[in-house]
Amino acid sequence: MSWVGRSLPRLEDPTLVRGAGNYVADVARGAASVRFVRSPVASGTIVGIEKPEDGIVFTAADLDGVKGIKPILHRPDYVPVEQPLLARDRVVFAGQAVAVVVADDHAAAEDVAEQVFVDIEPVDATLDVDLALEDGAPVVHEQAPGNVLVEGKVRTAGLDSALEQATAKITIEVRSRRQAAMPLETRGGVAQYDRVTGRVTLFASVQMPHMLRTGIADVLGIAEADLRVVAPDVGGGFGQKMSLFPEYVILVWLAKRLKRDLAWIEDRRENLMASTHSRDQAFTVTGAFASDGKLLGVEADMRSNVGAFSCYPVTCGVEPLMALAELPGPYAFKEYGARSRGVTTNTCMMAPYRGVSRPTLTFSMERLMDAAARRLGIDPVEIRRRNLVDTFPHRSPTGLVYDEGSYRATMEAAVAAIDLPAFRERQSKEWERGRYLGFGLSVFNERTGYGTPAYAARGMEIVPGYEIVDCSMDPSGHVNVRIGSSPHGQGLKTSLAQLVADELGVIPQNVRIIAGDTDATPYGWGTFASRSLVIGGGACKLAAAKIAVKLKAIATTLLESEADNIDLDDGLAKVRNSNKSMPIPELARAAYHQSHKFAGVSPGLHENAVYDPAGTFSNACHASIVEVDIGTGRVKIERFVVAEDAGILVNPMIVDGQICGGVAQGIANALYEEIVYDEVGNCLTTSLADFLPPTISEIPTIEILHGCTLSDATITKAKGVGEGGLIGAPACVINAIVDALTPFGIEIFEMPATPQRILDHIRGKRKT
Amino acid sequence: MTDKVSIVLQVNGSSYPVSVEPRRSLADALREDCGLTGTHLGCEHGVCGACTVLVDGKPVRACLMFAVQASDVEIRTVEGLAKGDELHPLQKQFWENHGLQCGFCTPGFLMLAAGALEADPDMTEDELREVLSSNLCRCTGYQNIIKAVKLAAAEMRK
Amino acid sequence: MKPAPFVYHRPSSVSEMLALLEEHGDDAKVLAGGQSLVAAMNFRLARPSMLIDANQLAELSAVKVDGDHLVIGALTRHAAFHKPVVDHPIGHLLSRVVRFIAHYPIRQRGTFGGSLCHADPASEWCLVATVLDAEMLIESSSAKRRVPAREFFKGTFTTTLKSNELLTHIRLPLGNRALKGGFYEFSRRAGDFALAMALVTLECDGPRIKAARLGLGGVADRALRLDALEAKLVGQNADESTFKAIAAEASNSITPTSDIHGSTEYRKDLIKAVLSRALCEAAT
Repeated sequence: MSWVGRSLPRLEDPTLVRGAGNYVADVARGAASVRFVRSPVASGTIVGIEKPEDGIVFTAADLDGVKGIKPILHRPDYVPVEQPLLARDRVVFAGQAVAVVVADDHAAAEDVAEQVFVDIEPVDATLDVDLALEDGAPVVHEQAPGNVLVEGKVRTAGLDSALEQATAKITIEVRSRRQAAMPLETRGGVAQYDRVTGRVTLFASVQMPHMLRTGIADVLGIAEADLRVVAPDVGGGFGQKMSLFPEYVILVWLAKRLKRDLAWIEDRRENLMASTHSRDQAFTVTGAFASDGKLLGVEADMRSNVGAFSCYPVTCGVEPLMALAELPGPYAFKEYGARSRGVTTNTCMMAPYRGVSRPTLTFSMERLMDAAARRLGIDPVEIRRRNLVDTFPHRSPTGLVYDEGSYRATMEAAVAAIDLPAFRERQSKEWERGRYLGFGLSVFNERTGYGTPAYAARGMEIVPGYEIVDCSMDPSGHVNVRIGSSPHGQGLKTSLAQLVADELGVIPQNVRIIAGDTDATPYGWGTFASRSLVIGGGACKLAAAKIAVKLKAIATTLLESEADNIDLDDGLAKVRNSNKSMPIPELARAAYHQSHKFAGVSPGLHENAVYDPAGTFSNACHASIVEVDIGTGRVKIERFVVAEDAGILVNPMIVDGQICGGVAQGIANALYEEIVYDEVGNCLTTSLADFLPPTISEIPTIEILHGCTLSDATITKAKGVGEGGLIGAPACVINAIVDALTPFGIEIFEMPATPQRILDHIRGKRKT
Repeated sequence: MTDKVSIVLQVNGSSYPVSVEPRRSLADALREDCGLTGTHLGCEHGVCGACTVLVDGKPVRACLMFAVQASDVEIRTVEGLAKGDELHPLQKQFWENHGLQCGFCTPGFLMLAAGALEADPDMTEDELREVLSSNLCRCTGYQNIIKAVKLAAAEMRK
Repeated sequence: MKPAPFVYHRPSSVSEMLALLEEHGDDAKVLAGGQSLVAAMNFRLARPSMLIDANQLAELSAVKVDGDHLVIGALTRHAAFHKPVVDHPIGHLLSRVVRFIAHYPIRQRGTFGGSLCHADPASEWCLVATVLDAEMLIESSSAKRRVPAREFFKGTFTTTLKSNELLTHIRLPLGNRALKGGFYEFSRRAGDFALAMALVTLECDGPRIKAARLGLGGVADRALRLDALEAKLVGQNADESTFKAIAAEASNSITPTSDIHGSTEYRKDLIKAVLSRALCEAAT
């Protein structure tokens, strides 16, 4: 019986469907309430802060001596910036925490917070990523007078000649408008103070509990042993919950200071304006194409708005440097030159959001391909055929190594599923009737499961990557697996149980995955960057394999078998080619209680393992058919097909769930979601009536086809897949819109392609 | 801060005497005062639906009602869906069909679907989709939610 | 996001309500469905120091036919209109429109009268009241008055209702049984506020239009009644080219609101689409 590959209903769910989940707000019952007073102004000098007579209020002055958060990248072009826990002399974005209130409950805390008067003298704010780079733009941080906090450059030797030789040089100006991860559960933390030991336990809705512990301990100057961080059930993260925020440090500081339990539960308005934002990016991308559509080289100037601070620990380099390294994507061209800058502005801090820069990168390359196809008169599928990598391993122009993948095959599969010739016929007929249907495509690869080598290459001071897994089987044959990953909806406790069950011949229901509690798990890096199944799964496999070795050795003795002749399956240790077997729980008891019998086998069944791979690339193609209503600009997605290849799928149902969820966010990125600031830096989209995550009515049924390329780069043969849906979908949808509007001859390089922007295009207002 | 009012909330067939300020939302009263934390708060302005409960059989946003308004109604929350160990068909189908990932929106969807289907068991798929468009999910892309609800509806019709 | 503190009253009769409004009206708000008010209070954009809960006033939640009028109690929930409340084109039109009001759970609590008093420029019922010439029945502890819809709505979130008054009923004239109604709304997502919507009724004599009512919502500080264009339609053929022309004229003659969801220019485009589509729907 093999568990890997089965769509086992999740072990997490019985608790969650009963409403018995334990999210941070549920832990908060009985704790006092903490509320932050936030700057209403994007940039200015704090003249004074008046505290109300009644109420417990702290400002930066009270935190005197406590440093701020300062993530470091070891690169000469990186300008470190410190984020104070509470603003000291000035504010640098609207929403920045300026004071903190403690009260008996949330309503009372809000009452007090309203009475804290913060006197700020506003100064001009810098908001736009490109305007920030102009001479005379207001300077956000004086150590970066040009408003650039990080910059990377790359240029291959043959790029200039490729640009010269091109038959068609196509330059596009891509604009990705500001996004927000918007998990349904906002951020929050509960700091519990132990009156006897003085130790604080922080429950926090986070993706990286160990990282949080390290970061808070560093800032407060305490030993990590004095802090326990627990990620309980977490209601979604999507990258927003993988950074260290001042709010969490302050919670711990307050708990130690006031010696009481405290809870901060972020509200939705705060979450939309003061947590993190992403993908506010402008890219100028030039593709040098030969007459047969072969892409000879790409040149790019990429600007990413990193907001007012640098996120910890991955730093504000995360978007710009990923953009620099990964623009080439699944295409085989050799010549590449790019400059990528992280630009600081008086806006909310940038941090990763599912896909990070790749939705914009894929948008850029896929729009470029379609634009070139049109210019050169080549079919959009054919032009990609001529350019997709199909020999592996492949070394990208920036030195990334792509392991075995199926870039062309997934494209062919997705296109076949659409039946393109039939669609083209239908499209022509409908154009004549005044209806606008279009076909769109996007092909991409997804870098997943990469360990320390990749992060070390970036120069991060804190280098994540490996995972340590601690695996033990108790005398009853049940398994405990302690992991450093930190799932928040991915079903990891089920997938990993399936992996371990296969190694040990037990059932997943008898494998308990323990995560999220820094007191109960080995140091790890949490869950982000499509890493946990690959790295955590690999470490689980290795750790469980060590236990399997011991079990087999014990079985060899007890069943009097030859060496290497035992299989673990169906709860039994079986001697091959015989009917001798023994239930695994008996072996487990023997391991603990009869350990003297097994020469060369240490007592007990408790092993750990580390896995730290270089990374593996999964890939997919998205194909869609849309209809554009040219009277209103509304886009309806008629069909959406995903042909993906992530190697072995440990739990296909969970994988499909990740794809559907990612595609939904990608459709949102393409059509609906945008964080908007006014001209002085106030966030205007601070409610869910203004920021527009889609309902079921906006998301079509997603058809998923699976390929399976086995790669040696991942010992479970599973590749990561969590971000792919969001990486490919925006390009696919917008390519389809442009295709639908072919009779109007417009090009769209901005997302989201809102109905208003579409009609603006049709009205010919915008430059193409 | 205003004086608290003593009321009794009827939830899942049990009585919960609570003492609350008039401004205490029904959602907060259920969570904080009754200890029924299955009802979640995702936005507190009536858009996300994570706080959906049944009031006299009708799905409502518990963040848009005050507890003091609910002293003479029957409230049902997600904690009241299962009968002891036996899961409600909706819970069972959500589980079997991967209708949840992080689980935060799930109680709201369960109560929305339960109320709508109890009122109209023969709802068409289009009507069902329209009802489900009331709530937000950030993880699933909705595909497995509608699948689970349809299967549960069929089971509930029997 | 918790509201500012308030005192709470729940009167059990209209006269009790009116007495409370007489005394406290300036500081108090009437709580009906609460679907708009409580959200605003949670944001602390609305901060009444007193809420007077109208939900126990059962006499205000009935829908009756009174001769050639539909009389709607102010407390009638939106959901009551899911099925036609009267077997008449108006009943069917109301059940067509109600599906666009927010979402299913909101419609279980939100009320017809509450919606009118809240006077959101994108409110469907405000548009209905304006187009169908509704009459508001208003009471205070000392007086009763009737106000036609045209005079009731004064602007965004503003009506002529005084702080000591309660809207009790709304009278909708039913009109001709041969009436045909049409409605078209554009919003970004299912259930969102309308960026533009049109409500129309047509009475036709064969292919020719005998009488028309045209209204637009979501494009100004209140619902707009297009009287001049209604007059122009009389005598014309009820066909697509007529409708497109009148919609273009409406678009040219109005300067719609501009906000982050839609520029003036974009709403002008939407006016063309929603008005012509509502008219086409009415004509089929």
